[in-house]
Amino acid sequence: MADFHEISPNAPAGEKLLNWVDNRFPASKLFKEHMSEYYAPKNFNFWYVFGSLSLLVLVIQIVTGIFLVMHYKPDAGLAFGSVEYIMRDVPWGWLIRYMHSTGASAFFVVVYLHMFRGLMYGSYRKPRELIWIFGCGIFLALMAEAFMGYLLPWGQMSYWGAQVIVNLFSAIPFVGPDLALLIRGDFVVGDATLNRFFSFHVIAVPLVLLGLVVAHIIALHEVGSNNPDGVEIKANKDANGKPLDGIPFHPYYSVHDIFAVSVFLMVFTAIVFFAPEMGGYFLEYNNFIPANPFQTPLHIAPVWYFTPFYSMLRAVTGEMMYALIACVLAGAALGVTKVKMPNLFKGIILGGAVVVVAMMLAIDAKFWGVVAMGGGVVILFFLPWLDNSEVKSIRYRPDWHKYIYAVFVVDFLVLGYLGMQPPSAIGGYVSQIGTLFYFGFFLLMPWWSRIGKSKPVPDRVTFTAH
Amino acid sequence: MSETLVDSSQIDSSKRTWLIASSCAGAVGGVAAVVPFVSSFQPSEKAKAAGAAVEADISALKPGEKMTVEWRGKPVWILRRTPEQLAALPKLDSQLVDPKSERKPADQAPAYARNATRSIKPEYMIAVGICTHLGCSPSDKFQTGAQPSLPDDWQGGFFCPCHGSTFDLAGRVYKNKPAPDNLEVPPHMYLSDTKLLIGDDKKA
Repeated sequence: MADFHEISPNAPAGEKLLNWVDNRFPASKLFKEHMSEYYAPKNFNFWYVFGSLSLLVLVIQIVTGIFLVMHYKPDAGLAFGSVEYIMRDVPWGWLIRYMHSTGASAFFVVVYLHMFRGLMYGSYRKPRELIWIFGCGIFLALMAEAFMGYLLPWGQMSYWGAQVIVNLFSAIPFVGPDLALLIRGDFVVGDATLNRFFSFHVIAVPLVLLGLVVAHIIALHEVGSNNPDGVEIKANKDANGKPLDGIPFHPYYSVHDIFAVSVFLMVFTAIVFFAPEMGGYFLEYNNFIPANPFQTPLHIAPVWYFTPFYSMLRAVTGEMMYALIACVLAGAALGVTKVKMPNLFKGIILGGAVVVVAMMLAIDAKFWGVVAMGGGVVILFFLPWLDNSEVKSIRYRPDWHKYIYAVFVVDFLVLGYLGMQPPSAIGGYVSQIGTLFYFGFFLLMPWWSRIGKSKPVPDRVTFTAH
Repeated sequence: MSETLVDSSQIDSSKRTWLIASSCAGAVGGVAAVVPFVSSFQPSEKAKAAGAAVEADISALKPGEKMTVEWRGKPVWILRRTPEQLAALPKLDSQLVDPKSERKPADQAPAYARNATRSIKPEYMIAVGICTHLGCSPSDKFQTGAQPSLPDDWQGGFFCPCHGSTFDLAGRVYKNKPAPDNLEVPPHMYLSDTKLLIGDDKKA
């Protein structure tokens, strides 16, 4: 609690007002802590703009969303028509709606790039585990938000996409069918489902999302940002206790981010004005047909940002289960023979593996497909404890690690591509291999990240003035 | 919290007991308040009432044709199979997961439809047109022979566009596809030669 601060009666009115506020609310203090005296490493590169950009997209989504709700009707009989009404009759409604639909895809573009930045530079490593976990929570909330928002236009893709995803839950043994019924509120996706998804989309999930964003930023500002060299700038401070390699976020990085915002908005508006459907990738063609519960479109696929995980779902078939069982057994055998631990733990691992294999044989492949799809996202939460590399940043890791990361990126893109394609035999095999690689990348990381000789990490960040 | 600032002799233990007890009672009340909110997610009485049986007139259905009726918001297919289509069914048994409808029999088909053609009258197939994988509605692929996404020796059946599951003309699922079960056969009965009741089989 600060003492009451008196100011000269001759001070300008602006200063007097600020002093009046500061004595009642920590306005200047907050600005200093989070902007003008928040020291960020001076060696940020362009990869560091995507955090600010995702905040910008969040604001775009909230503002456009508020205006869309003014005209939209969450009713199975009226929803499709009200979206077309926004597009045709509401003045500038088409712009607001296209900003919102393009914003959804833009959100995932910047968030995927933001996450990849974290992966490259080890931004999730100690002491930033919680920042990463809050971030994964944001990603999960974002997926829920996007999925439920996609039902609202009540087109064919909305309807059948929701039908498929809600039915994913019914694959859970014992409680599944009742759980799916509870989510839908009816025996099929219908008016009740649309109404509750609307409620979740416009209020429940955004509140969670905002809370997580605040937690993400508070945690970040507590420990300070990582940087492309992965060295802690707090280890070298000047006489005033400021990091030698740090510069105030404002004005240095606020300007940096404003430049990025300008570039981003050029691309964003170009898409909004010239290619809002993005050739069927941002708005799928089948969604311009009203929902019909009797006719599944000939080709249904989720929007592009879900397709890598959708591929994993499709990859798990009866045949694939045998490969997965072999992986579980090999993993248990490796764990027992290679890792030093008391015999009790070895027994637990072997017993666990037997139980898991028994469950894999007893429960349908459909359920394990759902597990793979969910696991593909959930595994990200554990990344801080999977990476055992000596150094944080990819810059100082053994060269072959870079190739593994490159293959991982290609794998993710290939899975994404295959998820958009109709099912095919070759595509099925490729996505099965891709799924195994995706999980292998993470689950074997505790071992492979330790292999090889890392390069010496400098004490200070590498930086050349420009 | 290992070190307490208050002398332990000063702690009023009966007050503390009541504080703990009342907090627990409050927590129970808080948890109980969740019940009505979660229950509101269940299907409403209106939705439950919408599950009545429907009648279908099949007099105009020619061999090889399919019609769809709505029952509980789901598509129910009525397919009049040609003799050739019926003759092909037994040959497929080795390629199917469950040719004799023995898996989860109670959920999948009523007793009178657990036979080689999964129907009361061999000519007519009645099934819920919802894939047992994730609830898409498979599309008709009655044309035999090689075509995209289907095997070269295709005998006619249904293909689910979502995840590629295939079913034969008795709604039986092929092996090594995502769908675990055959298509569901709803309870049904013939009111006359041309009138079918779907959703109920107990009326006289």
